[in-house]
Amino acid sequence: MEFAELIKTPRVDGVVLRRPFLPTVEGTLCLTGHHLILSSRQDNTEELWLLHANIDAIEKRFVGSLGTIIVKCKDLRVIQLDIPGMEECLNIASSIEVLSTLDSVSLMYPLFYRPMFQVIEDGWKSFLPEDAFKDLESMTEEWRLSDVNKDYSVCSSYPPLVAVPKDVDDDTLRKAAAFRHGGRFPVLSYYHKKNGMVMMRSGQPLTGTNGRRCKEDEKLINATLRAGKRGYIIDTRTVSVAQQAKARGGGFESEANYPQWRRIHKAIERSSILQESLIKLVEACNDQSHSMDRWLSKLEASNWQTHVKEILTSACLAAQCIDREGASVLVHGTEGTDSTLQVTSLAQIILDPACRTIQGFQALVEREWLQAGHPFQQRCSQSAYSNSKPRCEAPVFLLFLDCVWQILRQFPCSFQFSQHFLVLLFEHTYASQFGTFMGNSASERSKLNLSQKTVSLWSWVNRPQEVERLSNPLYEANCLVIWPSVAPQSLLLWEGVFLRWKRSSRCLDEAYDEMVHIIQYNKELQNKVNNLRRQLAQLETEEAGEKED
Amino acid sequence: MEHILTPKVEEVKLLDRYTAKKPAIGTLYLTATHLIFVETSCNTRKETWMLHHLIATVEKLPLTAMGCPLHISCKNFHVAHFVISSERDCQNVHQSLVRLSQPGKVEELYAFLYNPKQDEDERRNGWGFIDSAMDFKRMGLPNEFWEMTDLNKNYELCSTYHSELGIPKTASKGTVFGSAKFRSRGRIPTLSYYHKESNAAICRCSQPLSGLSARCVEDEEMLQAISRANPKSTFMYVVDTRPKLNAMANRAAGKGYENEDNYSNICFQFVGIENIHVMRNSLQKLLEVCAMKSPTMSDYLTGLENSGWLRHIKAVMDAGVFLAKAVAEDKASVLVHCSDGWDRTAQVCSLASILLDPFYRTIKGLMVLIEKEWISMGHKFTQRCGHVDGDPKEVSPVFTQFIECLWNLMEQYPCGFEYNEKYLLEIHNHVYSCQFGNFIGNCQREREEMRLYERTFSVWPFLWENRHQYRNPLHKCSLGREVLRPSTLPLNFKFWCGMYNHFDKGMQPKQSILEHLLTITQKKAEGEKKMTDLQIQLAVMDGVLADQGSPTGTPPEQTSLAPVSVSHTAENAKPLMNGAAVEEAEIELVPTAGSEKMEPVAIEN
Repeated sequence: MEFAELIKTPRVDGVVLRRPFLPTVEGTLCLTGHHLILSSRQDNTEELWLLHANIDAIEKRFVGSLGTIIVKCKDLRVIQLDIPGMEECLNIASSIEVLSTLDSVSLMYPLFYRPMFQVIEDGWKSFLPEDAFKDLESMTEEWRLSDVNKDYSVCSSYPPLVAVPKDVDDDTLRKAAAFRHGGRFPVLSYYHKKNGMVMMRSGQPLTGTNGRRCKEDEKLINATLRAGKRGYIIDTRTVSVAQQAKARGGGFESEANYPQWRRIHKAIERSSILQESLIKLVEACNDQSHSMDRWLSKLEASNWQTHVKEILTSACLAAQCIDREGASVLVHGTEGTDSTLQVTSLAQIILDPACRTIQGFQALVEREWLQAGHPFQQRCSQSAYSNSKPRCEAPVFLLFLDCVWQILRQFPCSFQFSQHFLVLLFEHTYASQFGTFMGNSASERSKLNLSQKTVSLWSWVNRPQEVERLSNPLYEANCLVIWPSVAPQSLLLWEGVFLRWKRSSRCLDEAYDEMVHIIQYNKELQNKVNNLRRQLAQLETEEAGEKED
Repeated sequence: MEHILTPKVEEVKLLDRYTAKKPAIGTLYLTATHLIFVETSCNTRKETWMLHHLIATVEKLPLTAMGCPLHISCKNFHVAHFVISSERDCQNVHQSLVRLSQPGKVEELYAFLYNPKQDEDERRNGWGFIDSAMDFKRMGLPNEFWEMTDLNKNYELCSTYHSELGIPKTASKGTVFGSAKFRSRGRIPTLSYYHKESNAAICRCSQPLSGLSARCVEDEEMLQAISRANPKSTFMYVVDTRPKLNAMANRAAGKGYENEDNYSNICFQFVGIENIHVMRNSLQKLLEVCAMKSPTMSDYLTGLENSGWLRHIKAVMDAGVFLAKAVAEDKASVLVHCSDGWDRTAQVCSLASILLDPFYRTIKGLMVLIEKEWISMGHKFTQRCGHVDGDPKEVSPVFTQFIECLWNLMEQYPCGFEYNEKYLLEIHNHVYSCQFGNFIGNCQREREEMRLYERTFSVWPFLWENRHQYRNPLHKCSLGREVLRPSTLPLNFKFWCGMYNHFDKGMQPKQSILEHLLTITQKKAEGEKKMTDLQIQLAVMDGVLADQGSPTGTPPEQTSLAPVSVSHTAENAKPLMNGAAVEEAEIELVPTAGSEKMEPVAIEN
């Protein structure tokens, strides 16, 4: 299929672009295969380049022959285009509709995108499991890297290489995989250097109604326990949801078969409910009525903040088991690709200072989300405005980012990155020129050969100028475990995403720039002072030397 | 000290309200002014101090297995749950605190005991530190249209107003006195803020005694005079800050609001801020939400909504924004009142002033504003804050709401204010603590009668001395005369955790950007000084070295110039980002500062 067939009117003049808190721009609207472009053809004025993939929904209205298209984006921005001429407007609208909902992976923009910047370090090779394992090897010898899944036959959503206990052979892994949802047998997620405790993750055990057991599975997870020690299983579902899962062949670890493990149930909602929640939240944020009661009740009814609190609470629990109780932990829900990953990745943010650096956070996203098989493409194909019926869409990763932001807000000096990084990741999971978040698993990405055919987001992010932009000026390395407060008073609505387009950012940007300036100035001042000190010391030595002469 | 039945109780537990952490064990002391809890269970000595006057409620709960619980909540929202092992001790502490926290008469308040070891002169100067009359001068009064009058010097015109009032020049004495008779408690329309740029003014008063049909020619003339004082505008706004229903109910009692037919060219408007009783109850509900033990998000948000608190905050803010817009954009004068004109009117007039004038966004400016719009215009602090045992129905968090609106503004304009959140909290604290005399008494006349200026100290010099703590490091003066136009969409109003859960440290961010930046600012000052010092030292050395080859010795008389040029360098060093300035300063320094120590060195050589 040629894009040209889909674009009946590629160009319209005299189009007016209206965006909240920005001046209106009049110019020429152009449609390309992947972009909607509005250019005023004047110097110094901003052009709009919008990826079709970023468009979640459009609405059209007509007043006489003047048509208006309201474009609602996946990054929650809403813009308005006034297009003279009814036919042009209809053509543009229908082209946008088709182009923004193309299902075919082969037509996706990352496959066409050619970088305008020089790739210094190929992001596709930045975070290989082999390299991550080297770090682990330097800390412990109890784990090995298994290639049991090298052709993705044991578990389609796992990467080819996974870390497992050294004493467990691949055969045991295969059998355990058969006993876990989606073949997701327990694998290492995090090793806590401080006390040698570990966090693992998996899919639910397939016990079914008659309480099937699997010796290999038991052996696998028991291999992670120290003699005489108990571990914790954190099931991200409520007891009743876990019970119901039995009827569909799933279930949970019974005390009888896993006597060394204590099971704790937490209630993190399933993905369809989360999507609903996002839609309601965004709707509440767009409510223009001036009623406080209405806003608060809509905010409450969206349940978004509830999810944030629940996820953070579960992550704190996992971290607590590891750091405070000195116990190993296994985390799973049903599939082990959503709430499980929220918990394991957030627990690492809490426990591991490395995850709070720019590189470390990328590694975390790579390891705990991309490699771990979170189905990004399914989850992020629609956002809050889409009119189509949701299929598998859910803001699971966005919620994770929201939780990270909450911790960042409570520990503003402990992260190397600022919230800009989190916002950037949110944007790129929904629409991107990079291939990083394409596909639903490592196996899909490998089949599409994305590492050859697309540019990695990390290649872009790790350039010095981008690192600089995403850096947190307040950062001071903090090697401690950071415990966030999960009291409702401590959890705020993430303004950077949800209120981003709802108000002028001028004052907040100005404050941020001022903060950067103050810190920068101080740094330069200290450098200057140190330089002067050195100069002085040098002169003194020289002088002393001359005196001796 | 006759009220202290048990001065010391040991083995007292202080419970952590939110976590399941083990309670702290310690000793509870009652002094004449404070309750002090000293933790004995931890290695570091940790003390909790509570001023008796700050205690709002003290409640003894039925005996439990742990002991006898004593719940104390303070007006600054500090809440403590103690458990005392002996019921008798608990009873005694309870009884003492009930008495101590509610003094029968004003003279028992802390301010009359507090003595910061200043002499009489300092005390007197302290009271002169902030002068609200000066502020009218700053606004340009007297001018062509407005003047200051001393018609109220003996408080005969209005007993609850200050003695000096700003009124339109064209209002005759007869008009003023006549208008006073037609206004509740004689609170005539008087100037609150004069906006130089537009000639428009904000005036404030109490409701007219219009009843169902009464009118008063002098009052109508008074409004005419205000209107005339802004000749470019063809109309003026009259804003009644009450909900229409309340205002209408007042008509039946012989009060009410202005009839547009009787006053020429007025545009009358209700803005619907609820009365003190609604506000008191709303705060009560809000505090219940804050005190909930491990609430779910839903409990919290529903509680927040049901308290109505943020709705009220928004209503006050909306009114302030309306006023500022009327003055700055419509260039029309505004007359504001509620019932008596000392609660809602004070809130909205002071907010509008802040929106209009950057002076009030400075540390000193806020002092002036509070002095002018609250203290001198008769906001009934003693009653509203419940300083002494009195009618609980007179207590209401009117000032707290003003401070909260201000905080919300600061959140929207992080560079717009010279002061930071700590300043607001500190002022709020002092309004209730009665450590200083400023917020004692219900009006100026009462304060004079109490001889507060002789017997107590003023808080303003004290705050001024500590101003480095209250600075907003992000403040930019460059914002200039900009009028703030905050968004009042509901989503811009946040629950103020720093106020209502201030003492629950666990809920606050664990690292504070403000503290971080304040430290940097401090370092900056030190660094700049250090740099200047080093530059001088270097210059000295450089001068020496350069001098060896050059025959131009420095004339000795230049030595005296050295200190001057030092301060010059400090100034020049500031724009560090612009490296050139620093370089220049260094070069400039060489001959002058170098000469200072050159001679002895030269002699050595």
